[in-house]
Amino acid sequence: MGVFGEFLKGLKVTGGVMLRTISGRELVTTRYPQEMREKPQRFHGRHVLNRYPDGMEKCIGCQLCAGVCPADCIYVRGKDNDPDNPVSPGERYGYVYEVNMLRCIFCGLCVEACPTEAITMTHLFEMSTTNRQDAIYTRETLLMDERGRVPHVFPNDPLADLSELDAADGWLKATAPAGVAAYEGFVMWRETPGPGDWSPEPSQEERDRRSETEDG
Amino acid sequence: MSWAEIGLVVLRVVLTFGLLLVVTVINVWAERKILADMQNRIGPDRAGPWGILQTVADGLKLFFKESVTPRRVELGMFLLAPFLAVVPAFLIFMMVPWGRPVVIGGNEMPLQGADLNIGLLFILAMSSLAVYAVILAGWSSGSKYPLLGGVRATAQAISYEAAMGLSMVAVVVFTATQGEGGTLSLSEIVTRQSGNWGDISPLFAWVPRWNVFPQIAAFVIFLIAIVAETNRAPFDLVEAEQEIVGFHAEYSGMRFAMFFLAEYVNIFSMSAIAATLFLGGWNGPTFEGVVPGLVSALLPTVWFLAKTYAIVFVFFWVRATLPRLRYDQLMTLGWKRLIPAAVVWLVVSSVVMGWRQFGPPWS
Ligand code: SF4
Ligand code: SF4
Repeated sequence: MGVFGEFLKGLKVTGGVMLRTISGRELVTTRYPQEMREKPQRFHGRHVLNRYPDGMEKCIGCQLCAGVCPADCIYVRGKDNDPDNPVSPGERYGYVYEVNMLRCIFCGLCVEACPTEAITMTHLFEMSTTNRQDAIYTRETLLMDERGRVPHVFPNDPLADLSELDAADGWLKATAPAGVAAYEGFVMWRETPGPGDWSPEPSQEERDRRSETEDG
Repeated sequence: MSWAEIGLVVLRVVLTFGLLLVVTVINVWAERKILADMQNRIGPDRAGPWGILQTVADGLKLFFKESVTPRRVELGMFLLAPFLAVVPAFLIFMMVPWGRPVVIGGNEMPLQGADLNIGLLFILAMSSLAVYAVILAGWSSGSKYPLLGGVRATAQAISYEAAMGLSMVAVVVFTATQGEGGTLSLSEIVTRQSGNWGDISPLFAWVPRWNVFPQIAAFVIFLIAIVAETNRAPFDLVEAEQEIVGFHAEYSGMRFAMFFLAEYVNIFSMSAIAATLFLGGWNGPTFEGVVPGLVSALLPTVWFLAKTYAIVFVFFWVRATLPRLRYDQLMTLGWKRLIPAAVVWLVVSSVVMGWRQFGPPWS
């Protein structure tokens, strides 16, 4: 009876799952374009180059992101700022900035490496293109405008959800200013004109309470 | 033979063929949908209502794909093999009675492609012929992986064919005791399963006279053997479409679609044969006189489809449940378990039936 019993046990599992799926109690997939899932706050989507509230670019063309990128997909060339009409508050600015989205693995190391938090990520992941050239995002498509709006490569794409571009990832808020975990309650970079919810990270107790009420 | 009779023959062949094509299209979709349900997914839902036209869409896609012919193939055999796979698959189903004979304009038309008096032998012959498609496809591809896949598939099909044949023999022997002499015709086997087991004991008067009750072991062996015969999970290591592809690795486009079609046609035909041999085929209550004549003429077909789909569903269910067997486990199960079990069952059930029919050997 051994093998046969195990066999019946297996059939019971799959049969039970089937009944639960048909009755809609245990579905894990969604009808994707019609029904989008809510993305986690720290979702790694396409990149964006930020600006300071006064409109200055944050990128100082230091190439640290290009250096850290494990997929070797960032290309940065810095250029000296014109002292009378600077583009960034630093000495230099990112004159050429390209991210090859075909190579990017969305690890977020570039975000972590950047000394000025110039490059961050959004929640947008629908980036399919019909040719390889379009997959290389340049300064024009990465850099937000002075009002903090991020350009979309294909604004007419039926799948383009432009509001996703405004949802900044939670990476910055998850990283402590000095690398210590005691960042709770700190308001980070509130002055940034860029998109996203910049309210302070809730305390751990607060978050525990929230997740309990969500589960329950 | 009058024109009306010829017309009826053509009609029933076309009907059988059409039925098979329609259910196959539905089966491919149903399998994906049921597997999705068993894996908490939605499954195909884009083409048509509930995605029911998914198979049509896939078929059209394959139709417009290039049929690549690799450089080193044996062209004749390479082109012939897909047809060798499809034709026997369709011919097998031609033997299966899928409804009670209907009377059209004074002529009786059995709902069956052809009623051969050696129907079962023909089925065995055709399923052996399908093995040629596999080995020829593997060999003519001129590439080592399809060749190895073809050898594996052939070894498996031949091994399990023995168990399948032996369990069929048990049914044939049993059927011989149920009427006037033995028969290999499927329509006759179905007819002999009408009624109930009330003559054994009044307790069983509500049990339909299906072969599955006295031949339960043969039924189980037959089910296992047809799963292996059609190369389905958990015996699908010969093709293992996720990893090693197997004998049709070099086929693409419509030629691949034909192997695919043959596989699904075979699933349905084999389930239909199992339903015919063991579950009483189209037998079932027809409510004659209670419901309109047309309905009671169609009800047997409904019963037949319901029984067949019950078995087809088991195919899908098992596929979603069991992991794939290793090759040596497969061969061990086939040669060391199923075939001896089938032989023992054949001997035991023959002795019991002989005893019941002719009395004890010393009488
Ligand atoms: S996310 Fe990772 S792979 Fe992509 S650009 Fe940044 S560092 Fe490179
Ligand atoms: S994005 Fe950041 S790390 Fe990259 S070049 Fe600009 S300032 Fe340096």
